[in-house]
Amino acid sequence: MGTRRISVTVDGVAYSDDVEPRTLLVHYLRERLGKTGTVVGCDTSNCGACTVHLDGRSVKSCSVLAVQVDGSDVTTIEGLAQNGELHPVQQAFHENHGLQCGYCTPGMIMQSVDLLKDNPDPSDEEIREGLEGNLCRCTGYQNIVKSVKAAAKAGSVSAGVAGGAA
Amino acid sequence: MIPAAFDYESPASVDEALAVIAGAGDREVKVLAGGQSLIPVLRLRMNAPDLVVDLGRIAELRGVRDDGDAIAIGAMTTHDDVTREPLIRQHALLLSLAAQTVADPQVRHRGTFGGSLAHADPAADMPAPALALGAEFVIAGPSGRRTVGASDFFTDLFTTAIGEGELLVEVRVPKHTGWGAHYEKFNHVAHTWSIVGVAAAVRVEGGTIAEAKVGLTNMGLVPIRATAVEQALVGQPATADAIRAAAQNADQGTNPMSDASADEDYRRHLAKVLTGRAVLAAVG
Repeated sequence: MGTRRISVTVDGVAYSDDVEPRTLLVHYLRERLGKTGTVVGCDTSNCGACTVHLDGRSVKSCSVLAVQVDGSDVTTIEGLAQNGELHPVQQAFHENHGLQCGYCTPGMIMQSVDLLKDNPDPSDEEIREGLEGNLCRCTGYQNIVKSVKAAAKAGSVSAGVAGGAA
Repeated sequence: MIPAAFDYESPASVDEALAVIAGAGDREVKVLAGGQSLIPVLRLRMNAPDLVVDLGRIAELRGVRDDGDAIAIGAMTTHDDVTREPLIRQHALLLSLAAQTVADPQVRHRGTFGGSLAHADPAADMPAPALALGAEFVIAGPSGRRTVGASDFFTDLFTTAIGEGELLVEVRVPKHTGWGAHYEKFNHVAHTWSIVGVAAAVRVEGGTIAEAKVGLTNMGLVPIRATAVEQALVGQPATADAIRAAAQNADQGTNPMSDASADEDYRRHLAKVLTGRAVLAAVG
């Protein structure tokens, strides 16, 4: 029961590490790389607090083994902001108070980014369905939905500006 | 929680995977597909295999192809791909619609069609649609490949016709081009297991139901074909009254369990109501 060498890019940085096969991706991120922005909420695969992007799609990092991501690209909540600027979805959660205790927030934001990539202009119902794998134990869903709506709107505006500039 | 320690192999081909499993000797082997059931089970230490064989690096197990009168779906095709794949939407819409209801988006990005079928959880959503559409299961083993029909594949609780040392590699689904379809799922809260689910595919000709296929989720230890409903539907007008009357047969031949979510009588009631809804939605 030895270890295996994995090479993985996390938030734009390449890492190479020996891991036990039983190591969960979330534990690798938190304990080996120190990326504690990704949290463990439930330990039963229900809550989605540990959501990260694996090769561009959202996954629950408690339900992926670190050895499975060998050769892959992972983005965590810590990799969203660019050049000191919050990601538009982070900004929208900030402005619309899309959090109460904040524990579910990293997962909510990562899943919202995935959702908006698929559907840039979701209805309230589509947002709720898109976030069905993420639980907010404070039940602060109303402002979370509002935040995603605001991010969608901001996204279309900035895309419009960029399109106009080009 | 952290799984018990295990050895790990990630073969690059089906042949290599079969050889690894054959070479495991007395060690307990678990095959890892998308891991959305297995990894939680390992984490809770409900199972502690000696060796985990990960199929995730086997490219030949992914993807969907046109195979004449059927579409062939690689066992490692994710639920998300099943929902999006145009070939499936065109020829086996029921699978696409059912896959959309599996768990939540994150799980659908990892969880696989073949993994769900091989796991054979009675509350899982993909077995009943596969059964209803008459899927054939291609199983690879040390002595070659064999094909098992849907009615022989699901044998018991969490048990299929896949034998020791074998792998499910592909699922062939006969084309149901132009059929209406719907998967009606009842659960208490978002992204939980189905308490009961009904998979319906219907072909309507001139306002009359010409053919109907109905599969039931969680109405027994294995998915069940609601043959009494299918027979009652054929020849009927595609109207709400006729469909609801036929749906009253939905619990015939079922053996639902009682558990914390629902007792047996309630499941029988749900099967009838949900069958009516599913078929009505399927005829559009």
